[in-house]
Amino acid sequence: MKWAVADVVGVREETPTARTLMLRIPGWTGALAGQHIDIRLTAPDGYQAARSYSLSSAAGAEFAAVSVELMPDGEVSPYLVRGVNVGDQLEVLGPLGGWFVWKPSQPEPIRLIGGGSGIAPLVSILRTHAEAKSAAPAHLLYSVRSPDYVYFHDELDALAAAANAELTIQYTRHAPQGWTGTVGRLDGARVTSWAASTSPADGGAVSTYICGPTRFVELAADTLVASGADPMSVKTERFGGA
Amino acid sequence: MGIVTPGFFGKRREADPHLPPGQYETKDFPVLSAGPTPNIHEGEWEFSITNESGDVKRWSWDEFMDLPIENIDTDIHCVTRWSKFDTKWRGVSLDTLFAEVETDAPFTMAHSYGGYTTNVPLEDLLEGKAWVAFEFDGEPLDPEHGGPARLLVPHLYFWKSAKWVTGLTMHETDELGFWEVNGYHAYGDPWKEQRYYYDS
Repeated sequence: MKWAVADVVGVREETPTARTLMLRIPGWTGALAGQHIDIRLTAPDGYQAARSYSLSSAAGAEFAAVSVELMPDGEVSPYLVRGVNVGDQLEVLGPLGGWFVWKPSQPEPIRLIGGGSGIAPLVSILRTHAEAKSAAPAHLLYSVRSPDYVYFHDELDALAAAANAELTIQYTRHAPQGWTGTVGRLDGARVTSWAASTSPADGGAVSTYICGPTRFVELAADTLVASGADPMSVKTERFGGA
Repeated sequence: MGIVTPGFFGKRREADPHLPPGQYETKDFPVLSAGPTPNIHEGEWEFSITNESGDVKRWSWDEFMDLPIENIDTDIHCVTRWSKFDTKWRGVSLDTLFAEVETDAPFTMAHSYGGYTTNVPLEDLLEGKAWVAFEFDGEPLDPEHGGPARLLVPHLYFWKSAKWVTGLTMHETDELGFWEVNGYHAYGDPWKEQRYYYDS
């Protein structure tokens, strides 16, 4: 596998600080849901910087989609969120990663837990699930600070419906007007009650995918294990320091 | 080099001899793990080396603490492209541990609590190149970072420095570990950018 020159064929503002880029990658034959790509930028003097981004596109999608969250002190994300336009070219490598992936051949129910921009690979899983018409029950728990910061805002309900997935949003700071649920951090009690409500009646195996900031993932994963989940059935992707 | 990205200039202007190709420096300590963080108490922790004949040498936590402890000051390089300079660890050298083990097998597999494995040639663990580390920056190693103890093999990409390590097994052939089966390179030299399985 080599670095390929991708065309930016679409950009979409997701939130005030995040943007989705649609990429046409020569030779792209799709990915597994949950995989990532590396994106590399090159300055005029040859200096290069590369970072990894999870795909949010369906496994078989023609264009690869990544959603980039602006890191205030970042080197690559400010360019991708503020500088790139349709028609620009970027170097990409991938798809990459063989562990945090979901395959339509998996029959067991899935739980998806996303924090902030960690929703991206979970949306890839949902899209793939919907396209494959998978019968596996799916539940998505999405923790996000406020309605403005919901990724895939206009599509999320439809995506969940298409995948026959139950969507639960936990707003941590502000909820939309008329919201009847609670507002506040996704704590252990909330994860536990959500997990209980999403457990298969027959007590069978579930696969869980958790993606988000390190503290968020630690909390969600620890809580699931404490309430009986097999640690090997819980796949995680963390970002940020601890 | 690749195509120039119009309008991109980057932050770092000078080549840093400590930085392997394709890496950037971070002051953070990002956490990358495949699953939940195992919760292992020192009282239940043990480390063992099993040689090719099946003989097992074991150390309890207390026995481990009685071994010579070294201070390690090293740069670390994660395959996800961050590097962290001058990290400070305390641990026991693998030379000390292998002094008590009879083996002629050239390959090792590191085993962790939680079931993860990674393969490392024996020669990469000897002659002052590797440790079992239990302190980071003057504090007991956090569970997220592999505590109570992790392997520390800083000349290879950091996934080789297995978190929650509990033992090594010796092998005649180089078998692939957990991340190596899942797309990462069998050896993982950061200076040769051996990130993924297809990198030479």
